[in-house]
Amino acid sequence: MKLNNIGYLIKEGIRGIFLHGFMSFAAVCVTVACLLIVGSFSILAYNLDIMVEELNQTNEIMVYIDETLTVDEAKSIGTQLSGIENILQATFVPREEALKKFVADHQDDPAFSGVQASDLRHRYVVTLMDNAQMKQTDEIIKNIPGVAKTNAEYELAEGFSTIQDILQMVSVAVIAVLLVVSLLIISNTVKLAMYDRKDEIAIMKMVGATNGFIRLPFIVEGFTLGMIGAALAFGLEWVVYDGLVAKIAAMDSLKLFSFVPFQSLLIPMIATFCAAGFFVGIVGSWTSIRKFMDV
Amino acid sequence: MIEFTDVVKSYEQGNKALNGVSMQIEDGEFVFLVGPSGSGKSTIIKLITGELKPTSGTVHVNGYSLERIRKREIPFLRRTVGVVFQDFRLIDNMTVYENVAFAMRVIGAKESEIKERVPYVLDLVGLENKTNRRPGELSGGEQQRLAIARALVNNPSTIIADEPTGNLDPARALEIMELLQEINNLGTTLLVVTHAQNLVNQFGNRVISLDEGLIVSDGLEEEAINEAQ
Repeated sequence: MKLNNIGYLIKEGIRGIFLHGFMSFAAVCVTVACLLIVGSFSILAYNLDIMVEELNQTNEIMVYIDETLTVDEAKSIGTQLSGIENILQATFVPREEALKKFVADHQDDPAFSGVQASDLRHRYVVTLMDNAQMKQTDEIIKNIPGVAKTNAEYELAEGFSTIQDILQMVSVAVIAVLLVVSLLIISNTVKLAMYDRKDEIAIMKMVGATNGFIRLPFIVEGFTLGMIGAALAFGLEWVVYDGLVAKIAAMDSLKLFSFVPFQSLLIPMIATFCAAGFFVGIVGSWTSIRKFMDV
Repeated sequence: MIEFTDVVKSYEQGNKALNGVSMQIEDGEFVFLVGPSGSGKSTIIKLITGELKPTSGTVHVNGYSLERIRKREIPFLRRTVGVVFQDFRLIDNMTVYENVAFAMRVIGAKESEIKERVPYVLDLVGLENKTNRRPGELSGGEQQRLAIARALVNNPSTIIADEPTGNLDPARALEIMELLQEINNLGTTLLVVTHAQNLVNQFGNRVISLDEGLIVSDGLEEEAINEAQ
């Protein structure tokens, strides 16, 4: 193919988009919808990864002592805790001190105004050396006589991990299905364009146009549709994500969830959307062209 | 040059379209190919343009051996053979100029070459004053002239015209045949497939008659007609 034809071929590809304006519009809309959902799943999975990672980095276990034990008995448990291999430090927090913190945390809530120190337990804040062994260490602590309860974040982290696993599986399925849908729509749009121009293609073949020359405008058409869809989906994703994150940040009940700002995801998101747009555009048009090249 | 040697062409259904055809058309010749429907004329055209491959025998067209031509070579073979059809096969939404320029553009010609060559060819076929018309605004004869211009624009060494006068009245048909003769006089090899016996009779050219996939006569028109009868 000669370089002086490239401009002409690109122009022809763009012309094809307008020749079937409605179908092109539909293809872009479906691509936007699909990529938006694909992007949302990816971004959610990414945020969950970060949350799980952060939770895994919390290397503290809260050890609550049986409320029937005296202060001295409770303090004596500290020696046993310090003897456990993976424990770096075990700090005793008497119930009075715990009450102060509780009151400070809930001073605006009238429901907790009558809470007394006797309602709370003495406790230890245990810091671990190896966070990966949190679960095993927690089991050992639970078996110490006088320990009423422990609070280790690994349970939460495991909960998130389960959600993460499910989301990953669902994401893969949803992404696969939506990519196939986008492919089919773009493929059909290009097929329609090719059908409309089948006489032109036959004439091109008759006068000696190479297959590459015939294909390129349709590839350009599919690629352009894919990339327009990707660009619009990217913009929408940004707006929707920022809006949702702002809403979630403003809700106390969802403070546990922290989301990374979209700006920090710009490069991977641009790369993902471009790759998806490129893939559906090129593959979608290529598959339909092959069927028409024997004209 | 076009050369067929013992060419047999069978279709998948088992029909034998050509049953051992041998012929040679030299560069610069003007040849009529005549015969009833189903005699194998269309198969010969398809073999020449690389749409089909022979089942056996050899076909040589302008330096290409069609029995072993590679797919990617076919476009280059077709650039040496211009084809004109009975139904013109023009692109309705393009102007006269664009229809001809399109044929140059798709083989990668430069715009400067297109601007120089297209007016020359349109002048040759007598459409120089209709460059901005669309095919629908032209008469049948003019549409066929446009189809000839398109076949001619890439300067092929051979032009094949498949029933070029089939859709035209006798006066326009004669004009088209005269135009083809004129093109032949400029050095292009012409192979005209036709049913129009009266037109064949008016030109003192070689006539190849086909029947049931075999050449039944090959010579000047009077001899061919006599042999065929």
